Amino acid sequence: MALIELDGITKTYFLGEIDVPVLKGISLAIDRGEYVALMGESGSGKSTLMNILGCLDRPTSGDYRFEGEELGRASGDRRAMVRNRRIGFVFQSFNLLARTSALENVIMPLTYTAGDLSRREALRRGREALAAVGLADRMEHHPSQLSGGQQQRVAIARALINRPPVLFADEPTGNLDSRTGIEVMEMFGRLNSEEGITVILVTHSTEIAACAKRTIRLQDGLIVQDGPGESEARR
Amino acid sequence: MSLLSTIAVALNALRRNPTRAALTTLGIVIGIAAVITMMEIGKGSSTSIRKSIEKMGANSVLIRPGGRRTGGISQGSGSSITLSPADAEAIARECPNVARVAPVISASGAQLISGSRNWVAAQTVGTSPEFLDIRNWQIAEGRCFTHAEVDNGARVCLVGETIVREVFDGESPIDSELRIKNTTFQVIGVLKSKGANMMGMDEDDIVIAPWTTIRMRVTGRTTGSAGNTTSTAASTPGELYPGTGVALYPEQNSQLIADTLLKPKFTQLNQIIFSAADTTKIEEAITEVTLLLREQHRIRRDQDNDFRIHSSGDFMKMLNSTSVLMTNLLLGVALISLVVGGVGIMNIMLVSVTERTREIGLRMAVGARSRDILKQFLIESVVLCLVGGAIGIVLGHGAALLVESQLGWPIESSPGAVVAAVAVSAAVGVLFGFYPAWKASRLDPIDALRYE
Repeated sequence: MALIELDGITKTYFLGEIDVPVLKGISLAIDRGEYVALMGESGSGKSTLMNILGCLDRPTSGDYRFEGEELGRASGDRRAMVRNRRIGFVFQSFNLLARTSALENVIMPLTYTAGDLSRREALRRGREALAAVGLADRMEHHPSQLSGGQQQRVAIARALINRPPVLFADEPTGNLDSRTGIEVMEMFGRLNSEEGITVILVTHSTEIAACAKRTIRLQDGLIVQDGPGESEARR
Repeated sequence: MSLLSTIAVALNALRRNPTRAALTTLGIVIGIAAVITMMEIGKGSSTSIRKSIEKMGANSVLIRPGGRRTGGISQGSGSSITLSPADAEAIARECPNVARVAPVISASGAQLISGSRNWVAAQTVGTSPEFLDIRNWQIAEGRCFTHAEVDNGARVCLVGETIVREVFDGESPIDSELRIKNTTFQVIGVLKSKGANMMGMDEDDIVIAPWTTIRMRVTGRTTGSAGNTTSTAASTPGELYPGTGVALYPEQNSQLIADTLLKPKFTQLNQIIFSAADTTKIEEAITEVTLLLREQHRIRRDQDNDFRIHSSGDFMKMLNSTSVLMTNLLLGVALISLVVGGVGIMNIMLVSVTERTREIGLRMAVGARSRDILKQFLIESVVLCLVGGAIGIVLGHGAALLVESQLGWPIESSPGAVVAAVAVSAAVGVLFGFYPAWKASRLDPIDALRYE
């Protein structure tokens, strides 16, 4: 069973009188342990596709199955729970809570986890997660006291706090310089190869996409290329 | 998401902007402070009214003669002769809920003379020893007159502090002589000072004597204050109370007796005052007395009472209602300021929701349900209001204490007001926090995350 299965997904935005079709029929399957890069020009629909893949957005039509469960038409609460327990998100602009310590940022998703953990257990897991991304000495720092790379690592620790099987990253290096960008990409690579976490990232940079094992290229709402990543292909 | 962690999240959010939170909640602080101050002052004043009425005799009830109508023209209260000492006796005998009864004859305006000093007391009353019990009045010095002295029409009297000061130069008047309208009385007791009553009248400006003596020797001589009492002079105490040997008038010869019409054995009382057996039994006592007096006066079923009953409870209710009205008015104003405060909360919460759109989007992306977001913002505004309410309670109590110390107004802290204040501030938080919170919970996570 594939981790995520899309079958004939379309997404159309209705802006007043005009319908704007963004995705025009996408079918694909992503298995556990894959490392996928979603590529495409601006407006090709890659962000929309990622939102649907990440259970944030609902398709206009078509089937979306996550771990075999149809979620495209599931209730908001059910989808929120799946996002909380089974999916991790990393954003281009980090999206950390300002004036809140790194540790509090990391354990924030746990407040929405059913069967609340004790505060002590939550803090323990938060420290563990921060240590895993190499920020053991920065736990009490606020985001404004951290560098961009450190902030993104806090965001990764937050995404992994509930040990989800899949991690989505939307232009994770977009706001970082190339060196820290590489560090972050190395971290994704390690998570994928060592922890077996499925990584799906959206990027327009071929360099970043080169880290992935599979590249899906979109154009005008359709998949135009789906194959092994550039690095794999070169081999 | 547990309530506790939601509250922790809300407190964290508020801590991130303490100045704004403080200013936002200022409206609630002021509103609650105003409510608490009003409640404490209002309660204090109604308590002091109750106390001054209790001082007057908490469960005392007054019966006054009704008005007389002559050809449709009412002569006003007290213009008819309806209350007699027999009524008082009947009440004492037949009403189980009545503890004590005292007849009252008033001889207001009677001049008091002692030595070279003279004075007109505000009240000169003739009554029985029960009067002091009913009015809850103690004797400071000396003794009260006895029933025997009443029966004998003894010329003894009790005086109030003011009389002691004005007529006796503050010296102990016991056994001194006091002339009341040319009748010499012996002062046998001094009443404990009561001060001014709540109408501002000096309660201590009073002379109390046996009612028989007052009727025969003071009001009897001239037209009494209650009018038609002249004829009452004709009835001697000997007829009402056997064994009294006071001869007021020269012996009538047989010719005179023959010429005189049958003397009415009737004495006009200005008031009958009685106390109920228990404060809670006042209503029952009044009903009993009303029925008895109707019977005594042979009033037909379709006729109105020829007497009026005033209980101090009525009086208290009247005075209380005034103070309650004022308190409620001010409370209304205070509540309006709470509503204004609530609008302030709503305004800032809306700003806060807009400002934190990305945070809301993020929370939704990591698994917050709509209702978690709703709860979070609702609790944030409730916490804001409750903190404001708590500060307001403290400030309001402080303001009330200040009023007490500076203006001397009586205050009384009221736990009920505190509970109400907490409830009201929580309600304001829910009411005015709901719309912003609902708005936050309706956000689309994708739009919210992209919001700049």
